[in-house]
Amino acid sequence: MAGPVVEVRGLVKRYGDVVAVDDVDLNVETGDVYGYLGPNGAGKTTSLRMMLGLIRPTAGSVRIFGRDPQLSVRALDGVAGFVEEPRFYPYLTGRKNLELLAAFDGDGAASRIDEVLDVVELADRAGDRVGGYSHGMKQRLGIAAALLRAPRLLLLDEPTTGLDPGGMRDMRLLIRRLAEDGITVLLSSHQLAEVEEVCNRVAIIRRGRIAFEGTLADMRGRTATLYRLRTTDPDRALEICAAQAGIADARLDGGREIVFTAEQDAVAALSVALIDTGVAITALVPQAPTLEELFFRFTE
Amino acid sequence: MRRVLTVYRWELRKLRAQKRTYLGLGLAAVVPIIFVTAVALHGGRHGPEDVAFGRYIHETGLAFPLVLLFFGSIWMFPLITALVAGDIVAAEDHNGTLKTILTRSLERGQIFAGKALATATYAVAAIVLMGVIAVVAGSIESGLNSLVTLSGTTISAAKGLRLVGASLLVYLMPILAIASIGLLLSTVTRNSAAAVVGTLGVSLLIQLIGILPGLGGLHPYLLSTQFNAWQGLLRVPIDWAPIGRAAWVCSLYALPSLAAAYVVFLRRDVAGG
Repeated sequence: MAGPVVEVRGLVKRYGDVVAVDDVDLNVETGDVYGYLGPNGAGKTTSLRMMLGLIRPTAGSVRIFGRDPQLSVRALDGVAGFVEEPRFYPYLTGRKNLELLAAFDGDGAASRIDEVLDVVELADRAGDRVGGYSHGMKQRLGIAAALLRAPRLLLLDEPTTGLDPGGMRDMRLLIRRLAEDGITVLLSSHQLAEVEEVCNRVAIIRRGRIAFEGTLADMRGRTATLYRLRTTDPDRALEICAAQAGIADARLDGGREIVFTAEQDAVAALSVALIDTGVAITALVPQAPTLEELFFRFTE
Repeated sequence: MRRVLTVYRWELRKLRAQKRTYLGLGLAAVVPIIFVTAVALHGGRHGPEDVAFGRYIHETGLAFPLVLLFFGSIWMFPLITALVAGDIVAAEDHNGTLKTILTRSLERGQIFAGKALATATYAVAAIVLMGVIAVVAGSIESGLNSLVTLSGTTISAAKGLRLVGASLLVYLMPILAIASIGLLLSTVTRNSAAAVVGTLGVSLLIQLIGILPGLGGLHPYLLSTQFNAWQGLLRVPIDWAPIGRAAWVCSLYALPSLAAAYVVFLRRDVAGG
């Protein structure tokens, strides 16, 4: 398919003096499982609400499959999802809730009710009123309600929040399975492990602004990382490190090992420089920061 | 239009599944029964003299719904109407279900139209229910006899019954205006209790203006006055003037409220929930 699935440009939402979302750009391509990562209150849900046409942006634009959800709900054809918790009519049964939503969707959605109830393993409780459902069951009914639309894009707002560990695992497995079926997924999360486990691309939002957008590998690569270097001639190597552009804080650690921080490109140049001067490298090891460390670097 | 009907049908299904619907309709059904029972137990030969048709309740069951139309206009029918009108949008805010339905394949305008139709249907059902039960119960007590009109002439029971039915229809005009105000408050306040109480408050406030001295000139244009327009039907010949006025005065209350509610519903941010 031509063009990005979700294209967000310069998105701003202001509530009085409070800027909830500040000039956000996002690109979600077909087949992505896109993690929208940030601490609570960073503006993730507000962004998602604008993508779903629930609230009006103060400035900027959202295009989903090239169409503007602010103009018509038709822009959400092929799109499904929920913000915060999925909500249903507590006085109707799970099945009745889905029947209502299928009637609102039209387009054969009603014929998928049994199928989606099976996918989220709620078939045996579908006859009970939603008022009696647990949080996890409502969350699964939310996924079922989304799947009714046979979506090509799922927008999920912290889908595992409030679930027990088993529920979280099931939800992540489900998201992975849906992605394997070819559904593009944009999910917001404040849980790094989740994003690392299911997402291929990630945007980090911090106080309404995008701090990083790219692949997880990019994110690691683009950040200055601590390296440990062992060579045949530590003193000579230290001189080279000190002279080399992009190598910071080089120092001897324990007499034989050099530690420094640098980005990937600078490290590559350094290794060439060392070999050119006849210093052999016996070990050059990145002390890969955990995703969590990276996250804090971007958000603090 | 087909999509509006889809919403309408589901709104009716939702109303059927909610307690407050039965509270409102139950009130509309129980009040005439209590009234007739009280009259039956009290006996005597006199009805409430100072109310139109009050003195005839021992002579014909047709007088009961007409007396109730008068008493009901003070707060009972506005309350019954507001109970659903004030809730129908605000409850979705409270449940957080507005975001659930607004991200499906229907435009906001279609959803609003379905809700407005369902509100009107409920109001009609409440008034008709009251009328039917009052006529049936009243006739069991006093017989389905001829009725003395406000002009002093006597009309047959059959004609009286038709005129009672027509009176209920005329009475629906101010009721639907109240419903529109309720819908507006429901959309704007996003709070069911505030919208129900607010709608009743507006209705009572208009009545208060009606009894203030020196404001008599406003009287024909107050919503509360239109609750008596049906009495024109029970004159010989029929006096259409109050009915015609009720039609446009009620529209003046209803249409701006509906339009404002529609615009707010279309444009508002759906946050929370």
